[in-house]
Amino acid sequence: MGVGIEVQNLNAWYGSNHTLQDICLNISANQATALIGPSGCGKSTFVRCINRMHETNPIARVTGTVRIGDVDIYKDAKPVEIRRRVGMVFQRPNPFPTMSIYDNVAAGLKLNGYSNRRALDEIVEKSLRNSALWDEVKDDLRKKSGASLSGGQQQRLCIARALAVDPEVLLMDEPASALDPVSTSKIEDLIFQLKAQYTIVIVTHNMQQAARVAEQTGFFLNGRMVEFDTTHKIFTNPSDKRTEDYITGRFG
Amino acid sequence: MSAAPPEIRVNTEMAAPQQAGSGDPAAKSAEPSEVRKYLLSRGNSAFGDRAFHVLMVLCSLTIFGIVALIVWQLVLRSQMSWHAFGLKFFFQRFTDPDTHRSSFWDPIGQQFSALPFIFGTLVSSFLALLLAVPLAVGTAVFLTEMCPKILRGPLAFLTELLAAIPSVIYGLWAVFILIPQLREHVNPFLISKFGWSGLFDDTNPTGLGFVASGIILAIMILPIISSLTREVMTAVPHSQREAVLALGATRWEMIRMGVLRNARIGIVGAVILGLGRALGETMAVTMVIGNSAEIHKSLLSNGASMASVIANEFAEAVGDMHLSALIEIGLALFLVTIVVNALARVLVWAVTGGAPRQAH
Repeated sequence: MGVGIEVQNLNAWYGSNHTLQDICLNISANQATALIGPSGCGKSTFVRCINRMHETNPIARVTGTVRIGDVDIYKDAKPVEIRRRVGMVFQRPNPFPTMSIYDNVAAGLKLNGYSNRRALDEIVEKSLRNSALWDEVKDDLRKKSGASLSGGQQQRLCIARALAVDPEVLLMDEPASALDPVSTSKIEDLIFQLKAQYTIVIVTHNMQQAARVAEQTGFFLNGRMVEFDTTHKIFTNPSDKRTEDYITGRFG
Repeated sequence: MSAAPPEIRVNTEMAAPQQAGSGDPAAKSAEPSEVRKYLLSRGNSAFGDRAFHVLMVLCSLTIFGIVALIVWQLVLRSQMSWHAFGLKFFFQRFTDPDTHRSSFWDPIGQQFSALPFIFGTLVSSFLALLLAVPLAVGTAVFLTEMCPKILRGPLAFLTELLAAIPSVIYGLWAVFILIPQLREHVNPFLISKFGWSGLFDDTNPTGLGFVASGIILAIMILPIISSLTREVMTAVPHSQREAVLALGATRWEMIRMGVLRNARIGIVGAVILGLGRALGETMAVTMVIGNSAEIHKSLLSNGASMASVIANEFAEAVGDMHLSALIEIGLALFLVTIVVNALARVLVWAVTGGAPRQAH
């Protein structure tokens, strides 16, 4: 089951570059929340703060509070614990090229020492079914490497890999931007189904995509969150002029 | 809406030369510009190009020529020993008719076998790998994944500086520092703790031998293994590290699964390249290996390597057969190192630049 995320006064820096400024928002459980905005506005940095990936860069710094469920992730937990609860799918598919499809999906569990074979088999199948890849790969699970799949399949493999550790939150950083329209629509269908079980935060450049998959949408601009509301309101009746300019294509 | 007017303008522009443009092109052809005149005066440069081509082909052929010449000379001058001993040269052991002692290498009795030298080369090289690989990979992991950025450059430079030290200097250092230490402290310790294995016995009190040459070789091949390992590890895309981290991996797990696993073929290549260097290393090994053509189980005993026996005996060879046998050892060493190096290069190349990789 997904959990809600509560963000208060989140600030983030890359070196001296203040990439996120005073972000406050509440992300509801079991919904998809889309983050839109022009390139470099801080959307990606924001999701990377939710699983503490931002700080893996030595020059990066974060202040503020992020609560996932009732855990303050910057106070009460180590990054490793957070990342086990918060799955992430990256912009470019990044399967492990030296592992089979099966091992790719099982990687997160094997990493944590989970070795019950039968349970692993079940989890791998379930994750691949959930990411709508099972039918395409079930015959070559152990024969083919993760890198031998097409780009869209690779991205769904990465989603399966993230789902296999049964996360509470799934972060997706422009998951479809490197994919063709058919693969994109498969990923979107997937997001639609997955939000029954997970809290999903999706960064996207594609406003139609945000409108199709998300209940709530946040608009970021220059490191600040300009507006956060239901997707319907953002796209039909935004209260901020800048949001309106962006979604009508006047800039960005 | 704003796109429409330029489209119309483009159309008229394209139509214009056809209708009334005969004046403009005519004026151009009457008076070619300075640039055009200069370029026309340049000719087609065919001769220069041809000459350059021939020159470059000659340069590259020189390299192949040198290699071919070496092989030809080695083959030619090892004929005598080849005809006398054949393939048995590489694994025979014979008994001295007078003393009834078995031996491998008897220049006076004209009996030659490469076996103890092949044994010595293999043992000292693998000992070197055993010591150098963990150190080198550890250094590479530290430098690429853990070291603060400001220290990375200087430390990498220092590691690579080890490769610039002439091997005779390593040999001298070993003779004056390493060997006494081994003799006084390390060897007695090995004998008392691991003597039961038979790999360390106390028949040789000099401190010279396989252990000493293995340590020296390890230091000498450390820089090449570690710098190549660093290179292949740096070539692993950052997204692979992030993928592992995002699954909740610790730093060590990230390095193991995200970096070492992806770089492993290249690391094997780096190790084999180090092996190639160890196989052929001459000076330092000759100074510390003890130089006796024998085969013992003990790693503390004296031995000789293929390179060291050539260095030691070539100038003072007694008779043509002796010389020919040494050259045949040289030929064998040459072929083995070429094959090992080629294999290693292919592996490193496959990781850093060759085979296209799907993941980014």
